[in-house]
Amino acid sequence: MGFSAWFFLVCFQITELCGAKRVGYFGPTQFYIALKLIAAAQSGLPVRIESIKCELPLPRFMMSKTDAEIRFGNPAELHGTKVQIPYLITEKNTFKRMDDEDKQQETQSPTMSPLASPPSSPPHYQRVPLSHGYSKLRSSTEQMHPAPYEARQPLVQPEGPSSGAPGAKPPRHQASLIRSFSVEREPHDNNSNYLDEPWRITEEQREYYVNQFRSLQPDPSSFISGSVAKNFFTKSKLSIPELSYIWELSDADCDGALTLPEFCAAFHLIVARKNGYPLPEGLPPTLQPEYLQAAFPKPKRECSLFDSYSESMPANQQPRELNRMEKLSIKDMADFPVLAQDVTSDDNQEQNKTRLEQNKTRLALKSTADEALPKDMSEDPATSKDSNSLKARPRSRSYSSTSIEEAMKRGEDPPTPPPRPQKTHSRASSLDLNKVFQPSVPATKSGLLPPPPALPPRPCPSQISHHNVNSERSAQPKPPIQLPNYGDFRLQKQSEQASEAEIHPQLNRAPSQAADNSPTKKDIPYSQPPSKPIRRKFRPENPATENQEPSSTVGGPASAATGKPHAAVQKQSSKQKKAIQTAIRKNKEANAVLARLNSELQQQLKEVHQERIALENQLEQLRPVTVL
Amino acid sequence: MAVCVAVIAKENYPLYIRSIPTENELKFHYMVHTSLDVVDEKISAMGKALVDQRELYLGLLYPTEDYKMFRKLHNSYTDVMCNPFYNPGDRIQSRAFDSMVTSMMIQVC
Repeated sequence: MGFSAWFFLVCFQITELCGAKRVGYFGPTQFYIALKLIAAAQSGLPVRIESIKCELPLPRFMMSKTDAEIRFGNPAELHGTKVQIPYLITEKNTFKRMDDEDKQQETQSPTMSPLASPPSSPPHYQRVPLSHGYSKLRSSTEQMHPAPYEARQPLVQPEGPSSGAPGAKPPRHQASLIRSFSVEREPHDNNSNYLDEPWRITEEQREYYVNQFRSLQPDPSSFISGSVAKNFFTKSKLSIPELSYIWELSDADCDGALTLPEFCAAFHLIVARKNGYPLPEGLPPTLQPEYLQAAFPKPKRECSLFDSYSESMPANQQPRELNRMEKLSIKDMADFPVLAQDVTSDDNQEQNKTRLEQNKTRLALKSTADEALPKDMSEDPATSKDSNSLKARPRSRSYSSTSIEEAMKRGEDPPTPPPRPQKTHSRASSLDLNKVFQPSVPATKSGLLPPPPALPPRPCPSQISHHNVNSERSAQPKPPIQLPNYGDFRLQKQSEQASEAEIHPQLNRAPSQAADNSPTKKDIPYSQPPSKPIRRKFRPENPATENQEPSSTVGGPASAATGKPHAAVQKQSSKQKKAIQTAIRKNKEANAVLARLNSELQQQLKEVHQERIALENQLEQLRPVTVL
Repeated sequence: MAVCVAVIAKENYPLYIRSIPTENELKFHYMVHTSLDVVDEKISAMGKALVDQRELYLGLLYPTEDYKMFRKLHNSYTDVMCNPFYNPGDRIQSRAFDSMVTSMMIQVC
């Protein structure tokens, strides 16, 4: 009993020394200090702050059921506490590693009781009570304040050779057992620095991101434009300011587009954010584009791999990942503790079933992902230096104002070109529309006439003469019998029904022009040279001639038309309706255009007036001078 | 030297305004508006034809050494604009922009 009293005392001392008592809970610093003190105590050093400063082996925690039972005869307590030990130990290992990164000391994760191989009893005896005491400590402190612990994300894969340990053989033996055990049981990120933990992209995550990238942009070496990325990331249901900040972090070269590594970084930040991690102040080194490019195979190679197994994998991978993402979306802002407990529950599956059920899928994903990690630890120092130097890179933009404009324009970079601006100097077009629509007006009026027995003839020869495209259509038949207007109407009508290869320039010119003005592009906008309408602008003052013109030209095609199979007469009525509707539409568009034109012209008139007034004023001012 | 930095939108409301040492933003805001009025005056005096041309020479509203400052500001501003999640007309909430402005103001003051 004296022994147990002793170690209780030790634990008490440790608690006091590390400051937990003062603070009231075991924060990270307190925890580190406590562990160091334990190591010191285990090595036989006095429990003092100074003893932390020495180079200490990692504290060893081992629990063996039999020994513990023998020693303390309290299996229930052991069960309760030992499950926390694995979690703790990994945490400790993480922290220890953080503290002594250069020390490749033996790390040990605890053994679960079935695995504990009974070593020679004296060392074991020495360790067990401490561990038990530690576990008691842990349990008490855990009750006090579990949150800070669990927030730590203890993820480390124990490794490293055993060295300098008292009783080296048994620990090594255990270490090998532990290692094999831990590989399956602690599948976490292979990190040297636990602070990087959330910001490391696992292999599986990386594949998912690349897959998503490819869905947005087939070429992995090219960019995703800003708007495309915006639409995609908006689906993650994060708030716009957060997305804006994530973009700021991940678009390292500020070009308004995301390359593959930038995209992966952004995606990963979103995933992390959805899991409850606060966004970092700066882009973590593991998410820098250079690091990502170095750490992972080149996209091209990945592509080939991808293609080979993408067919088989997506069924497995994507549903899982999608499931995960769904979970992310469902569980918005999952708490730190929740996620951390997921990790712990990985170790303590039999104990924390409730928490496990909550996030089981996510865990499974993470665990399998973390198993297949890239072993890129060796690259860390090199790439981190690179990334640090990158942060200080000079702005890669020229300073001329034009280039800044370009940068801004690039930033806009809409996937669809903006609608063509209205032709402000659309005097010509308006008059053309007048010209254009006037024939259609009588056409609509004539549309009320009874339908002709035969198909309407081809479009007006006026258009044929203007556009060579219509030359092929001149071959179309046209019944020679009709009134001029009527024929005109039929011309108009037929032009509308003009399907595949046929273009009706006159009517379609109007829509194409009107389409400039109105967003509704019902007819296909043809790239008719605008010169033709402009050419006609000089003849708008003679509406009479306009009317005569089409009518005179009607006779032309009427005679010129060859025989066309008289298609369905039944279609006439529907064609008429269509014609009426399109004509109405075009009239409306023309009205809108004209109204706008009117306002513009008014404005111009006003400006010209003002200029004139200014000039007159100047003249008056100058006049007395010249007179003298 | 730089006690106030403001980015004013087309519609004459501030997208971003920061002033040190004291937070009397309103006073600075007025000053900003008056300076904009000066700019407007100059523009209207120039005549319509020149408006289309690239930056009018409005005179030295600011000593030339601050051109570096303006350049930095402008670069940061374009970075903010490049962000697809930024809606033109929103207040500028970019942390990078904030930090740049802070560094600038502290540096010269």
